[in-house]
Amino acid sequence: MEEVKLLGASPSAFVYRVIWALKLKGVSYEYIEEDLANKSTMLLQYNPVYTKVPVLVHAGKPISESIVIIEYIEETWPENPLLPSDPYEKAKARFWMKFVEDKVMTFVGFFFTKGEAQETAIKDCLEALKTVEEHGLGDKKFFGGDSIGLADIAFGSIVHWLEMMEEVVGTKLVEAHAFPHLHQWIQHFKEVPIIKENLPEWDKALHFYKGRREMVLASN
Amino acid sequence: MANEVTLLDFWPSPFGMRARIALSLKGIEYEYKEENLLEKSPLLLKMNPVHKKIPVLIHNGKSICESLIMVQYIDEVWNDKSPLLPKDPYARAVARFWADFVDKKVYVSGKRIRITKGEEQEAAKKEFIESLKLLENELGDMPYFGGEILGYLDVVLVPFYSWFYTYETYGKFKAECPKLVAWAKRCMENESVSKSLPEQERVYGFDLKLKKVYGIE
Repeated sequence: MEEVKLLGASPSAFVYRVIWALKLKGVSYEYIEEDLANKSTMLLQYNPVYTKVPVLVHAGKPISESIVIIEYIEETWPENPLLPSDPYEKAKARFWMKFVEDKVMTFVGFFFTKGEAQETAIKDCLEALKTVEEHGLGDKKFFGGDSIGLADIAFGSIVHWLEMMEEVVGTKLVEAHAFPHLHQWIQHFKEVPIIKENLPEWDKALHFYKGRREMVLASN
Repeated sequence: MANEVTLLDFWPSPFGMRARIALSLKGIEYEYKEENLLEKSPLLLKMNPVHKKIPVLIHNGKSICESLIMVQYIDEVWNDKSPLLPKDPYARAVARFWADFVDKKVYVSGKRIRITKGEEQEAAKKEFIESLKLLENELGDMPYFGGEILGYLDVVLVPFYSWFYTYETYGKFKAECPKLVAWAKRCMENESVSKSLPEQERVYGFDLKLKKVYGIE
């Protein structure tokens, strides 16, 4: 089998999407931890456009942007499919993947602000979560139905990261009574063995994000 | 099964143009419905409740939203002619990466050129030109991003050519990318592209009016 390498940086939510996709497909890979304050020549060479992680390198060829990477993984290793085969259902899955990507900065806003700016960010976050609750999930166990797929992976990484943010900020966004579908979905998602066994270390990640938040708030 | 295809669109939208080009390249017959974005139709609100935006493709009663997703859907359903995405997974990933880049960089910086001034506009112009240079690099010596014939990335990028005059006039600059302009003109030789793109001056006239409506100088 051709060599697979993943350039990442813990505890990046975007890197975890790729880890989950690779593990759900049973693909062996070499993980390389990048120091983002001191980017390696390899990272700069493999992702000259953004110089960001994750980068997947397969048989020496690099792919960047987590959503592009997980679609590549799906197409290259078709066993244990993570996207529906029906074009319309596939389009729906991609719609929700794009939705969560478009909302990332909204969630980041909740985390990196305080006072009035944060109040606005919280309002926007709740609106985004409401949309997923009402239009995306419905009664389904996962976005695509009975089994985990790329939309769950894309969304799950952000939701898990959001849970850490809620703890650091001290404000709960995803209340079970307000978002029953979402709440149920989170339980199902975390019960998937691959997900359960591959989550960032909570305390370590919390410590990391606490530090980041303090740094950003201090500089504003 | 009868194929009923409707496109909810707005003529100056580069995202709508993507759908028009793809549908035309595939020879798909469809009903084009022009939306008034200041007074959105009940159909649009029903078919795209999340974003309430165009373009929306309605295929046998089911709606597909978001232009990049729509073009891929069209490619997958009407897979008997004019393939847009390549077959090889790596080549597909490269095409998708650059399509995402067009949305993140070309569209966003172009928008900022239109609605900002001074330092912010200068920064937007710089980013716009840098983005085009990267795309020129990616094109290399190929006639199209898709190789010998128009492909996914060509469909994704060429609509912004109709906005070039607008960006250059607001920004008071000339986007120095001769290779890309040559590429765009080459694309325009294809009827599917030329009939899907409005004239650059017409787009500029529209944008002037739009800015007045939104009170942007």
